[in-house]
Amino acid sequence: MFDRDRWQEIWSSLAKNKVRTLLTAFGVFWGIFMLMIMLGSGNGLQNGVTHGMKDIASNSVFMWTRPTTEPYKGLPRNRRFYYRNEDIKALKDNIEELDIISPRLEGGGRRSGDNVVYKQNAGAFSIYGDYPQWNLIDPCEIISGRFINELDIENARKVAVIGERVYEILFEKEEDPLGKYIRINGVYFQVVGVFKPKNANMNFGGDKEQSIHLPFTTLQKAYNYGNIVGWFALTSKGNLPVSIVEEKATKLLKERHKVAPNDNRAIGSFNLDKEFRQMTGLFAGIRGLIWVVGIGTLLAGVIGISNIMLVIVKERTKEIGIMRALGASPAKVIAQIVTESVVLTTVAGYAGLVAGVFLMELVDKNLPAPTAQDTMFLHPVIDFQVAVMSLLIIVVSGVLAGLIPARRAVSIKPIDALRYE
Amino acid sequence: MIKLNNIHKSYQTGNNSLHVLKGINLEVNAGEMVAVMGSSGSGKSTLLNIIGLLDVHDQGDYYLDGNLIKGMNETKAALLRNKFLGFVFQSFNLISFKNAVENVALPLYYQGVSRRKRNKIAMEYLDRVGLLPWADHLPNELSGGQKQRLAIARSLIGNPKVILADEPTGALDSVTSSEVMDLFQEINQSGITLIIVTHENDIAHKTQRIIKLHDGLIDTDHKNGRTKIETNAVFAI
Repeated sequence: MFDRDRWQEIWSSLAKNKVRTLLTAFGVFWGIFMLMIMLGSGNGLQNGVTHGMKDIASNSVFMWTRPTTEPYKGLPRNRRFYYRNEDIKALKDNIEELDIISPRLEGGGRRSGDNVVYKQNAGAFSIYGDYPQWNLIDPCEIISGRFINELDIENARKVAVIGERVYEILFEKEEDPLGKYIRINGVYFQVVGVFKPKNANMNFGGDKEQSIHLPFTTLQKAYNYGNIVGWFALTSKGNLPVSIVEEKATKLLKERHKVAPNDNRAIGSFNLDKEFRQMTGLFAGIRGLIWVVGIGTLLAGVIGISNIMLVIVKERTKEIGIMRALGASPAKVIAQIVTESVVLTTVAGYAGLVAGVFLMELVDKNLPAPTAQDTMFLHPVIDFQVAVMSLLIIVVSGVLAGLIPARRAVSIKPIDALRYE
Repeated sequence: MIKLNNIHKSYQTGNNSLHVLKGINLEVNAGEMVAVMGSSGSGKSTLLNIIGLLDVHDQGDYYLDGNLIKGMNETKAALLRNKFLGFVFQSFNLISFKNAVENVALPLYYQGVSRRKRNKIAMEYLDRVGLLPWADHLPNELSGGQKQRLAIARSLIGNPKVILADEPTGALDSVTSSEVMDLFQEINQSGITLIIVTHENDIAHKTQRIIKLHDGLIDTDHKNGRTKIETNAVFAI
């Protein structure tokens, strides 16, 4: 491989017509370059979109109620119903695949103007009654204090965990909010924590930074909701698909609330896992398309190389004839031509690879830092494995491109090759 | 060294079959220096190519150094060419991008000899043909006579038993032709068998034996009385 004569021969045959060699190499360069750009952009798109879904438990399903659409057991259609506290236990007891259950109840007041007051400051914020488990579904970062805990639930403590933006609006700068009392819809709550959402893209109603978490039980009692539950967030155990939980919970809730089994509207649900899978499928499709197009472009370049190698071999027919007369075996001639093709393809392909990766890195560097919201394009870089694989493809295609011309070179009888002018 | 029994060769061109060799019987002993003559189309080059394993015969038996050459694949033929045979061509057939030393060393490259070693040997042969000062020159920087001497050095380096020369003086003037023939005689004296295809009488007369081909058959085959090195001829037989 590393003998000088072989490289001298490769160089001399490629350098004989530099423009032609360069143009041919450009075909492969462009193929790989485009492949890298497309793969990088595909990655960027995927990273951007998955960034928007990050930190939320992807195997979760959210279930709420809607008016029924079928009459059932003497009850009319268009009947409104509510989940109850008893449903929590029923779900826990009857669905073994269920991992986390986090019921939520939304407090009102936000739409009718400022519903939260502290001293002379006031604002309109979303009010949620939550269980501590909520933090496992849609995790937040606690800036100071703590999140809601079991004791809050048990004792229906009047405590509140407020969003960062809520703190900024209600409190003076540098003021310690912990232990202070804020008035929410006329009832006083003690602030025990300030949080910042880890994922600000997926919202359940209002902007998370402008929301306040209260203990679920406290909200029920303080505002006379009785034992009503607004909606459930459920996750499945381990790697089990959450759709099993969704299916079983729907059935159970229908039974418990006298909803017709064929009423598909009454139980509203949103399966995040399904959305995730769809997204993943979409990106797999995009990726597949990129490879098909990229390989196609590369193939065009490789065919160009093969073509030029054929021309080179034809031009060198006599030279190859001389070498064979002097004792070069067919294997040696084939090896020589294939090496030549591999060298040309690899150098061109590697240049394309480096140029593509470099360009994508450059784009990545100059991309604005991901803001919390609306990032559609993030880190458009190429995985190392993909780059290595592409390099492998380049080398293999170089071998393939060289094989046809090489076979042609040895298929001629040495004497015919010698006579060739 | 070389034994041909009833060798036939024909070429297919479209629907026509051209019968070039029509039964050649020939024996060349080790150490002989033979000239093959004949008008163009008499089949002298074809005969040389078959002896040189560059082409295959259709019929008959060919023994090279006692080995029957039959149904041989290219790899084996390449090996035999490399070990047994040396070639000298009318148009020199040097590799243009290799300098003199590299050109001479080429047969050793195909034998897998290391670069350092083969270049060292090549220098010795260059010295032998008087081209040592031109070792680093490319072929197109050399004169015709120098090129042919280079080609002869190349044919010698593999230590062949037979050297086949196809019109080696065809592209040279009479003075350099004579020089080249002197070199061939010198080589022959070292014990190497030489077969030279030529149509020039004075060239042929510098050999020991002249075979004349006519229309694909051997016309005459006689010992050359006027050869300078008659003693050697006797020794060879």
